Amino acid sequence: MSKNTTTERSRRYLNPYLGGVLLGLVLLAANFVSGRGLGASGAVKSVVATTIEAVDKDAASTMPFMAEYAESHSGSPMRSWLVFQMLGVIVGGFLSGAVAGRLKLKVEHSPKITSRRRLIFALMGGILFGFGSQIGRGCTSGSALSGMAVLSMGGFITMMAIFGTAFALAYFFRRNWI
Amino acid sequence: MGPLAPYEIISENTNFLLAFFIGIAFGWVLESSGFSSSRKLAGIFYGYDTVVLKVFFTGAITAMLGLLFMSLFGWIDLDLVYVNPTYLTSAIIGGVVMGAGFIMGGFCPGTSFCGAAIGKIDAMVFVGGLFIGVYGFAFTYPWWEKMYMAKYLGEPKVSEKLGMSDGLFGLLLIIVALGMFIVAEWAEKKWPREEY
Repeated sequence: MSKNTTTERSRRYLNPYLGGVLLGLVLLAANFVSGRGLGASGAVKSVVATTIEAVDKDAASTMPFMAEYAESHSGSPMRSWLVFQMLGVIVGGFLSGAVAGRLKLKVEHSPKITSRRRLIFALMGGILFGFGSQIGRGCTSGSALSGMAVLSMGGFITMMAIFGTAFALAYFFRRNWI
Repeated sequence: MGPLAPYEIISENTNFLLAFFIGIAFGWVLESSGFSSSRKLAGIFYGYDTVVLKVFFTGAITAMLGLLFMSLFGWIDLDLVYVNPTYLTSAIIGGVVMGAGFIMGGFCPGTSFCGAAIGKIDAMVFVGGLFIGVYGFAFTYPWWEKMYMAKYLGEPKVSEKLGMSDGLFGLLLIIVALGMFIVAEWAEKKWPREEY
């Protein structure tokens, strides 16, 4: 790697420790304003709950998943803190990408694998992550990161389980990445 | 005195508006740290790029210290700040399933929305997968309910469980994180990867 590309890389992305401090301040702001941390999978859950209710109200009323959801959220599932926050994430991500010149429609993958293989694995990974986030009551944002900030034991356990499993399985999926 | 919404210092609608702005900052930080790229994210598991570890732990520690200090100064009432409940079984099983999804898909939910926002098609497919996964859980919930509710321990703090003060645990966490950062810097030099 030439020195040039290293310089360009550091120009392109934030210093990771600075990024971390900023992320921490955002998480702190979320706690100060709403009394809760950040989240991502919760917004997906809201959309899922809304569509299930819209498609079949009767079936929804008998589903324990929906009952459990209704218990923790009053009113329409879309009137949720995390839904508004995730809309913001999409806007913020887009703006950052636009400023840095990273807006581009593409499939990002290792040169050693095809786009098709990358997309198949992305789909499988998404399904597992979505499913797992419901079991774990939150994903990397809501359970691990936000949980750790408030010293939740469950947050630390979920964080270790996520990263530990990914490390343990990394060998089997190495062709996709290196 | 915070938190603002639980104390009803701000209205529900203001709270939602602030959620949108906090989300913009969240998305901006994730994207500008490189979290819109699955290959950067997955780098932590092979040592060639450890940005995830550095940003994630610095973020968690910053927020943790911020909350402890704000509580100390009387700026926030930690009794009103949500502490994630601990259901031991589901915390572990959920984490394992998410970890498998992470290494296969290269994203987590928040980062996949960021990647999708800048046009990464693999991120959009991952987001599609998220919805399928959550629908799958919703429709099969009765099968998992027993496991989902098992080993409920309340809302314990890890510091309580270890029998130490929040501050001492925070200090230990910082020391552990610094150790990991040193290893991370070393790993990036040992397993470099060409930029793409």
